[in-house]
Parts: sequence; C-alpha cells; structure tokens
Amino acid sequence: MNKYAIYFLVLALISLFISGLVGVLSSFQYIYPNLLKESLHFAKLRPIHVVSSVSWIILAATGIIYFFLSTHTKTKLFSGKLAGFHFYLFLAIGLSIYLSILFGKIGGREFFVFAPLLIIPILLGWLLFAFNYFKSVRQKIVNWPVYYWMWGTGIAFMVFHLSEAHLWLIPSFRENYIRDLVIQWKSVGSFVGSWNQLVYGISIYLMTKIKGDKKLAHGKLVFFFYFLGLANLMFGWAHHTYIIPTQSWVRIVAYVISMTEWVILFHIIYSFIKSLPREKRKANSMAFRFLVAADIWVFLNLILALLMSIPAINYFTHGTHITVAHTMGTMIGINSMILLAAIGYIISVSQPLFQIRKRVIFAYKLLNASLFLFLITFVVAGIARSKWMYANQGASFGEMQTSLHAVYVGMVITGLLVFVGLLILIVEAIQTLVTFVNKS
Amino acid sequence: MPKSTKNILYNQLIIGSLLVFFAIYNLVLYKNGSFVKKQVLSETAIMGQQIWQDNNCTACHQFYGLGGYLGPDLTNVISDTTKGEIYIRNIINAGVKAMPKYHFSEQEINQLIAYFKAIDQTGYFPNRKVKESNYGWVDVVLKDSIR
Ligand code: HEC
Repeated sequence: MNKYAIYFLVLALISLFISGLVGVLSSFQYIYPNLLKESLHFAKLRPIHVVSSVSWIILAATGIIYFFLSTHTKTKLFSGKLAGFHFYLFLAIGLSIYLSILFGKIGGREFFVFAPLLIIPILLGWLLFAFNYFKSVRQKIVNWPVYYWMWGTGIAFMVFHLSEAHLWLIPSFRENYIRDLVIQWKSVGSFVGSWNQLVYGISIYLMTKIKGDKKLAHGKLVFFFYFLGLANLMFGWAHHTYIIPTQSWVRIVAYVISMTEWVILFHIIYSFIKSLPREKRKANSMAFRFLVAADIWVFLNLILALLMSIPAINYFTHGTHITVAHTMGTMIGINSMILLAAIGYIISVSQPLFQIRKRVIFAYKLLNASLFLFLITFVVAGIARSKWMYANQGASFGEMQTSLHAVYVGMVITGLLVFVGLLILIVEAIQTLVTFVNKS
Repeated sequence: MPKSTKNILYNQLIIGSLLVFFAIYNLVLYKNGSFVKKQVLSETAIMGQQIWQDNNCTACHQFYGLGGYLGPDLTNVISDTTKGEIYIRNIINAGVKAMPKYHFSEQEINQLIAYFKAIDQTGYFPNRKVKESNYGWVDVVLKDSIR
C-alpha cells in the first residue's frame, strides 16, 4: 500500500468538509442578503465552495486509484515517490488557490476561480499522474479491464480540457465573445466528463472486487458503456449552450448523444446489486450501501438529465436552479456516493475487524433523505424563476426572490442536514484512515 | 488471432475513430465557434470583461443563463427599456441587496458598460422569440445585428 493514497483521501475529505461548510454559509446569503456582505460575500464564498467540491472528487478519485494500483496483485505502482511528489504539489496548489481567492485574485470563470497562472502547476501534476499511471498499467496491456481504459481516458482528457479552458488567455481567442463563451462551457462540461471517467471506472472496479468476478469488467456491455461515456465526454457538453447562438449541428450532436449514457450505468449497477450473494453484501456492507444509493441517484438524475437534454425543456430550465439541482444531484448523489463506497471498501479491506458504528448508518440515511429534500427546493426555486422569466413580465427580480423566501429557508435547512450527514461520515472516515496509516 | 488480441484491436479502432472525429470537431469549433457574424470585443469591452472576472460578478450573475443565481441575468440588461443606461451605471456602485458595494471609477464603469453593450449585440436571453419545432427541438432566433 502506498501511504500517499491515504493522504490523498484525507485531503479529499477535508476539501469535502470545507465545501459543505462554505456551502451552508453561502446559502444563508439567500435569506440574509446582508450577511457578511462586505467581507465574505457570495462572490468569494461560491468559488471556495465550488473549488472545494471539485477538489473532493478529484483528490478522492486520485487517492483511490493510487490505492488500487498499489494493492492490486497484478499491477505495481510505478513510483511511490512520484505519488508523494504529486500529493505535496496538489497540497501546495490547494493552499494557493484558497489564498488566491481570499486575497481577491479571482479567475472569475466557472470552476476556474483561481489566478489563471496556477493552471501551470495543476497541469504538471496531471502529467505526472499520467506518467505514473501509464507506466504502472502498461505491462498489462493485454486485455485491460474496462476500468483501466476509463482511468487512462479520464487522466488524458483532464489534461486536454484543463488546457482548453484557458484558451481565452490568447487575446485573439478572447475577442470573439460567443466562441469564448461556448468553448468555456465546452471545456467545463468535458472536464466533468473526464472526472466521471475516473469515478465510473472506480465503481466498476469496486463491483468486480466485491463480487470477486473479473468478467464484470470485460463484457461487451461495459465496453459499450465506456465508449458511450467517451463520446459523451467529447460531444455531449452542448446542453449547457443550447440557447447560445451557435451552429445547430453542434447542438444536434449533443442532443442525440446525451440521451444515452446513464441508462447503461444504471443497468450495470442494478444487475450487480441484484446478483450479489448475501454474504458478500454483508462483508462489504458500507460499500454496498453507498453503491445502492448511487444507483438510486443515477436513476433520479437520469430522469432530470434526460428531460433537460431535450431542447424544448432545456429552454425553460436553463438559467434556473434546476441546473443546480442537476449538478448537486450528480456531484453528491452519484460521484460522492461512489467515492464514499470506495472509501468504505478501502477501510474494510485494510481493517477486516472494523465495526461499522451506528452513527455511520444514521449519517448515511440522513445524507440521502436530506439530499432528496434539498434538491426538491432547487427544483421548486427553478420552476418559479422560469415562470418569472417567461410568463410574468411585471415583477422585478427582487420581488421574485422575496416571494421565494420560504423555499430558500427550506434550502438552507435541508442543506444544513446534508452537511451534518456528510460531517459525521467525514469525521469517522478520517479517524479510521489516520489510525490505519499510523499502524502500518 | 487470439480473442484478447482481437478485442484490443477492436477497442483501439473505436477509440481511434472517436479521436479522429474529435480532432476534426475541435478544429471546426475553434476556428468557427460562433455561428453568428464574428463579434469582436473592443479593447474597452475586454477591459470591462477583465473587471467582470476580477470581481467574480459571475458568482451572482449570468450571461445566457450561465453563472450563479443569486442575482439576475444581465445579457440584455443594457437595452432593457424599462431600466436604461443611467440606472445601470448607478446601480453598479450602489450595493443593493446582496450585491457588494463597489467603488468603481467612472472609467471602469464605462468599460463595464462597453462589455454589456457588446454582449447585448450577440443575442437574446431569455430568448422569448424561439421557434419550437417537432421532436423537442428549439430554433434560436438571432438578433438582426449578428445575422
Ligand atoms: C453577491 C452577489 C452579487 C455580486 C458579486 C454582484 N452582484 Fe450585481 N446584483 C446582485 C443582485 C442580488 C442584484 C439585484 C438587486 C435587486 O434586487 O434589485 C444585482 C443587480 C445588478 C445589476 C442591475 C440588474 C437589473 O436588472 O436591475 C447590475 C447591472 C449588476 N448587478 C452588475 C454587477 C456587476 C458589474 C458586478 C461585478 C462587479 C456585480 N453585479 C456583482 C448581486 C450581485
């Protein structure tokens, strides 16, 4: 085992904590607009929240992949030292990002909220990871299981799309507003697609391990799923930009492709859950629970995402909180549940005697139930905003916001509950992981 | 050929062709990303955009519905006849509701206004004049200035 794998996980969990805390704090500004207005206003809190959420997913996925590579019987991590360097580099970048935001050096673009120069060390980190990863799995080029393909794809496209997101730094690129806007959202969408490759790959790895069935990662269906995911990553981002005056063929391609992907992920996890023998469910009970939750969230998000990919519906949902419901639903419901399942799995294989405490089960239930209600408040707020945009020309923005006060109060309360659920899980996981590193 | 070698070839073929499509697609998009008549932001407008980014106005505001949702969308705010340019100039430093109180100079406000005007020229949002057609498709209606 490589200890930096666990360091990555602990850092990821700390980012998740910051993300939740700052998320709650910024949601309060929906009901108390004057709260912290002159010091920590929404324009500072939102980037901290966003960057911490993304860091959670990326750092956790990285740690989990390092862990699997270094403990898997067939591969050996090419260089543990390089993983260590990767860790300290990302730690330093993380601290610089927070300082950059707090001192007002803000990037001012979605996800890329930090001083643009920081993209250089970030890219370096990804290149190192790519090098270490491909060196580790290359010996095994014969018959790669699908998750090797997915992780490799995720890492490679991450490098590409992180670079693409910074094309605007070239002056002639920036001059053309619509192109800049479209490419910005293309890169953001594909950036998400890249981490999805890492996370979905992890979910398939987990299922093969828990079930002890290698075939799960080799069948035609999982490969079809992978290719579809790849096509989505490349061409499926455009539902962000349906309403922008771009070429229609770009939008048509996106429309056709984005209707497909998740149906298959749902099917894969569902058939795994159904076919898993009882004793294996018990042996991996926390990982199993989170996978079940992920599957339910895939299903719920699938409905929302499929609807939102239809231009005639997207027309009404775009530019409203329904988009936020979709983002949070996938980031907390799908990505985080899969990553928490993997952390649960890592804890149970490294400490077979580990007993799951009651409060963890409680937190699991609280998290899922409150997340559901939390997302409902976004959908309600989104519908109201859409109505205001298209049907009610009279009222001002301020009047619309005031009329939604009760919904925003609900959003704050349910958001707080989501945070409490996460907090319990974070504390438990960090405690167990740290004792584990100390022992070994 | 053993089955595993065949599978690998097959996978590489699919990935290879996807990559070729992707390369062509990107080249076309980068070159010709906007379907509308090319809009060149003036130097002043670019400075306005820089102020917009440095202050992270996008945390609360949107253009074309993209951004944070604590404040309103500003795509066509400058041509909104119920508001007018003077109102917009005044509100930026006024610190209304959740919006922080800024202290921009006259020149900086001019640059922001130039940015708003340039964006306003590129299209509509909310685009109330769309044409819905069959199969869930929507045709975006363009501004005359960019056709
Ligand atoms: C913390 C959130 C926040 C930030 C940051 C912010 N705004 Fe605002 N802004 C608002 C809110 C909320 C309103 C609506 C106030 C109301 O209800 O009248 C608003 C209104 C406006 C309006 C008037 C819109 C209208 O239709 O009446 C303009 C113009 C504007 N902001 C420009 C900016 C610019 C430029 C920046 C960055 C320098 C910025 N805002 C940053 C929250 C914010």
